[in-house]
Amino acid sequence: METGLILLLLIFPLAGFLINLFVGKKLGKTLPGLIATAAVTGSFVITLIYFIKIVSTGQAIHVHLFEWVSFSDFKANFELVLDQLSLIWLMFVTGIGALIHLYSIGYMKGDENIDRFFSYLNLFIFFMIILVTANNLAIMFIGWEGVGLCSYLLIGFWYKNHKFNDAAKKAFIMNRIGDLGFLTGVFTLGYIFKTIDFDSLKLAVTTTSNLEVSGLLGLGTLCLFIGAMGKSAQIPLYTWLPDAMAGPTPVSALIHAATMVTAGIFMITRLNFIFNLTPDVQLFIAIIGAVTALFAASIGIFQTDIKKVLAYSTVSQLGLMFLAIGLGAYHVAVFHVITHAFFKACLFLGSGSVIHAMGGEQDMRKMGGLRKVLPITFATFFISTLSISGIPPFAGFFSKDEIMVVAFENNIGLWVLAALASLMTAFYMFRALFLTFNKGFRGTEEQKHHLHESPFVMTLPLIILAVLATIGGLISLPFGYSWLNEYLSPILVAGVPAEHGATSHQFMLIGISVLIALIGLAIAYYQYIVKSVVPEEDDKITGFAKVAYNKYYIDEIYDTLFVKPFYVLANFFKNIVENIMNAIVFGFGYLIAALSIPLRAIQNGSIGLYLFFFVIGFCSIVAYLFFV
Amino acid sequence: MHDILEQVGINNYIYLSALLFCVGVLGMLYRRSTIVMLMSVELMLAAANMLLAVFSVYHQDASAQVFVIFSMAVAAAEVAVGLAILVAIFRNIGSIDIDNLKNLKG
Repeated sequence: METGLILLLLIFPLAGFLINLFVGKKLGKTLPGLIATAAVTGSFVITLIYFIKIVSTGQAIHVHLFEWVSFSDFKANFELVLDQLSLIWLMFVTGIGALIHLYSIGYMKGDENIDRFFSYLNLFIFFMIILVTANNLAIMFIGWEGVGLCSYLLIGFWYKNHKFNDAAKKAFIMNRIGDLGFLTGVFTLGYIFKTIDFDSLKLAVTTTSNLEVSGLLGLGTLCLFIGAMGKSAQIPLYTWLPDAMAGPTPVSALIHAATMVTAGIFMITRLNFIFNLTPDVQLFIAIIGAVTALFAASIGIFQTDIKKVLAYSTVSQLGLMFLAIGLGAYHVAVFHVITHAFFKACLFLGSGSVIHAMGGEQDMRKMGGLRKVLPITFATFFISTLSISGIPPFAGFFSKDEIMVVAFENNIGLWVLAALASLMTAFYMFRALFLTFNKGFRGTEEQKHHLHESPFVMTLPLIILAVLATIGGLISLPFGYSWLNEYLSPILVAGVPAEHGATSHQFMLIGISVLIALIGLAIAYYQYIVKSVVPEEDDKITGFAKVAYNKYYIDEIYDTLFVKPFYVLANFFKNIVENIMNAIVFGFGYLIAALSIPLRAIQNGSIGLYLFFFVIGFCSIVAYLFFV
Repeated sequence: MHDILEQVGINNYIYLSALLFCVGVLGMLYRRSTIVMLMSVELMLAAANMLLAVFSVYHQDASAQVFVIFSMAVAAAEVAVGLAILVAIFRNIGSIDIDNLKNLKG
């Protein structure tokens, strides 16, 4: 019964995927969306049942399906686990997933391949559930690869556009580099501990007294972090995420903001007991996180494509999460993952609603004044912007503030980076808000005529997400009133540091955080409302702005450093090495063919000749036997 | 029996046998008529049989002579089959000249 219900969690989206894949074309235009949404909602309901159960009992549920890999003393069972961590992830994966499925019904209406779209979305949810419920690293890797595949399929969903295909390939290849790191990490852990099962690993780490922490373990955790870098878009493997915006906007909201990109954080939190053993790697993670947060935010300031702004803000926020993880504050990172899922999904869906109204236009320079025609979109976008900027009492304020406190207490330098990133975040988010929704409309007459508020199936998810982005902070209030910290404590081996009431420096930090957000808001207000500045056309941008607008030319640098030399190498192999190889291989062929010509003449059908050779052969055998 | 062998000498028997065998081989190689070739094969077989019989006597062991009987019976059967094939070939081609039988070409 128990096992059946948990399996149903997986079977629902898988069934939705299979139905839409094989008979989707026959189901018309509305049914595929309804089936897919129902499937994910089903998973959400099951998740909710178990979530309530675990909140009251605190008992993790293990589902042993079958023995998978077994040789000598190494075993990996196909086993799922529903514990505090996987359930909280499942809650927002299936919950937000269901909302975004619902939204997609409206957004993708009229697309000729709507059935394919929904089948991919369901497949994504399926793999995401496998990823978070996995009880060992091998199963997690199945989900890890699966969500990467779905990401690829959905980024390149409009496959007729060549640029979109390139973006999809880029995402896949970047992730592949990360995956290599992930696999190496898994193998290293398997080599050290002779198991990749989370429970056994935890047991091995916690019970072995004076565990020998070797460099090999550090290598393992570093490799795992490289995997997380790829999946969660950290420097230097982040460039795929902004390009991934080529996919339909609901995909950006679901995969490239709320769920899949948090897989790296999930994995490290899952293995927190191992990462705790390697403080050097932890520091490295924190530095990468803080630098990424600042770097991406500085690019975000100068972007003019509304989705690109949100994409860089996602990279930046993920950087903040890694900062928290690197400082050992896993609970804070998880908290920020949750609030970020709420407000970033809301922002993306809001931008989708704007793009929908604008008839596919994504350039903010051509928007403006949409507040009156899109009131619900504006209201939800505004709330989420307040939330991401860290203005109280919205959800983002609480989670971001906790990161700031952790950073301040551990490493003041990283705190400065994070604070600067927050300032920029507040600025560019309000910049996007003002450019899109305030002042007069800057698009064409035709677009103006076309403007309309989105249908109810699209605004309902927006409203729900905006509500969550407002009140989501309640799950972890500061000063020791955190429900989340208590909930997560069984997962975190080092435990959650007990918060000792309110201290003066915490108040000071909250003050600084809010002040930073308000400064960002004020600069944006001054620039885009008072002075009504509109970002210049591409060819008029100069100076530093041009460098940042072009993403510091990172793509071009990667192109020159890796892609071009690779092509040169490939051409070398194709034109020179392949020819040499061909010459050698075909040469042998020709040699044999040439040698066979005289031999063929012997086989002429004359029995007399055959007998002659037979006698010669016989005689030579006799001669050999007698005389040699 | 044994004194016959002693009177003539075993070497002479072996020479005779080798001679017969060589005649058979040369006949096979030089003659074009398939019937004569078949006869040459029989000649080689007879040479081998004779050698068997001679050594049987020499070693005072009768079992080799039993082999000779078997071998001759098999040879008789083989000749019957061979001649039947020849008749069939002659009916088809109208000739038993070895040079006309070239259908075995690979």
